Amino acid sequence: MERNELLNMIKEEQEKGGHVSEGAMAGIAQTLQLPIGDVYGVTTFYSFLSTKPLGRHVIRICKSVPCFLQDGVMMAAAIEKELGISPGETTADGRFTFELTNCIGACDQAPAMLVDDEVYGDLTPEKMVEILKSYD
Amino acid sequence: MPEKRILLKNCGKIDPGDIQSYEGQGGFKALEKTLGMSPDAVIAEVKASGLRGRGGAGFPCGAKWELARKSPGDEKYLICNADEGEVGTFKDRYILQHDPFSLLEGMAISAYAIGAKKAYIYLRAEYRYLLEGLLKAVSQAKEREYLKDLEIEIREGAGAYICGEESALMNSIEGKRGESRFRPPFPPESGLFEKPTIINNVETLVNIAHIILKGGTGYAALGTEQSKGTKLFCVSGDVERPGVYEMELGCDLRELVVDLAGAEDVGWVQVGGSTGAIIPGEMLQTPLSYETVLGSGAVMVFNESRDVVDFVYRTMEFLNEESCGKCTPCREGTEVMVEILGRLNRGEGVEEDIPVLEELSRTMMLSSLCGLGQTAPVPVLDSLKYFKKDYENRISQSVFLRSLKTVNG
Repeated sequence: MERNELLNMIKEEQEKGGHVSEGAMAGIAQTLQLPIGDVYGVTTFYSFLSTKPLGRHVIRICKSVPCFLQDGVMMAAAIEKELGISPGETTADGRFTFELTNCIGACDQAPAMLVDDEVYGDLTPEKMVEILKSYD
Repeated sequence: MPEKRILLKNCGKIDPGDIQSYEGQGGFKALEKTLGMSPDAVIAEVKASGLRGRGGAGFPCGAKWELARKSPGDEKYLICNADEGEVGTFKDRYILQHDPFSLLEGMAISAYAIGAKKAYIYLRAEYRYLLEGLLKAVSQAKEREYLKDLEIEIREGAGAYICGEESALMNSIEGKRGESRFRPPFPPESGLFEKPTIINNVETLVNIAHIILKGGTGYAALGTEQSKGTKLFCVSGDVERPGVYEMELGCDLRELVVDLAGAEDVGWVQVGGSTGAIIPGEMLQTPLSYETVLGSGAVMVFNESRDVVDFVYRTMEFLNEESCGKCTPCREGTEVMVEILGRLNRGEGVEEDIPVLEELSRTMMLSSLCGLGQTAPVPVLDSLKYFKKDYENRISQSVFLRSLKTVNG
């Protein structure tokens, strides 16, 4: 294993455990013979990696300007109402984590969001509620 | 001027999951021609074409390739930058979705020209839904023996705007924080793993096959003096028909946003992404080219009802969040700008805010490490140039609001 595998290794840990725990970071540091701070530094640099437990599904609503112009803020508000959580929080049943994110490159179908790896565009509050139903 | 579909000619026509449908449209003919040429001859054609980088910085592509080719050493890398994080940009996504093979053909030609045996495609995490299609395209191209001397590895990002910046991208592939590097050395001399490296944007690479088939001078027949060929524009915001449009370089903004995308009552347009120039509604005749405004090709349209100070504040919040934090002018400069613009936005501005924004802008542009900090002040300065009245109104409202507080004790 070489240093350039680090990001992939961290991602694997996140996929396995739902987040990157301190233990996981220590394990990677040992395998690659790196200071643990270095692994922590890389993990916390990237917004898709998390050192805190995430829900089974992560909702990322785009807050960048093109989505904002198409009422992206209302979509975020609709999620807060539907799930009862604010950005950065996870539902008590561990089903969803809700985050606001920067441009996801779906500006032609704004407002848009990602749920895990799927992109959904031309959102309305009603449409979003329907989409969320398909995630258990 | 209508659309000119050259780069997008296959989009919607071919099955992106089937390499034979790409071959049916003349796909890989340019690669075949390339393999009968010397690498230097390929580079000469790209130089003659006048092609410049389509990711935003606009560096001449052929000159860059020549530097990498001439750099000593057998181990060289090609990187395709598919970390399309610039706000309002989605053209590379469109290509990857509809015509991934044209990218692979461009990469095979580029790798041959510079002498790279290994190439990476750095795909942003937000585009993970494109990964499967891309992997499939690579494996089909391998099966058909178009990638005999080239190994293509797809590396995924993990959510960081700055990784679209070439030196930060290389750090990310190396397993480090995606922080920008000091330059020189420049990547064609010492880039990924300190080896000569070429980093090209998806759209840049898609141009290559057309240059080879038409010849550099044939390609250069389109465009302006310093901006050759066509460009993909991503129109979003207050328009009837948002989407990707391919236009000859030098076309004017009005044709794109009004005639094609159906914008009305345009207040201003930001061209090139979050750090792009602001063009007020009265100046829609501005041509789109490297000589004037271009950037990544993002074209965000704002109608007259929008608030320019609020927009600049939101943009600065984004840049502050995405600053990698390595250099002080960008890390602290964007922070201070968010604070000042936020105050102006909330009606707590003071007279000194405008000169402070201007002075800080100069400092950041001169002393930041990479393009993010160097160009972050552009929307601030442009909005101050064209919409100073809006800032001044905010300040006088602020003064009025404060006077009320004093009166009411």
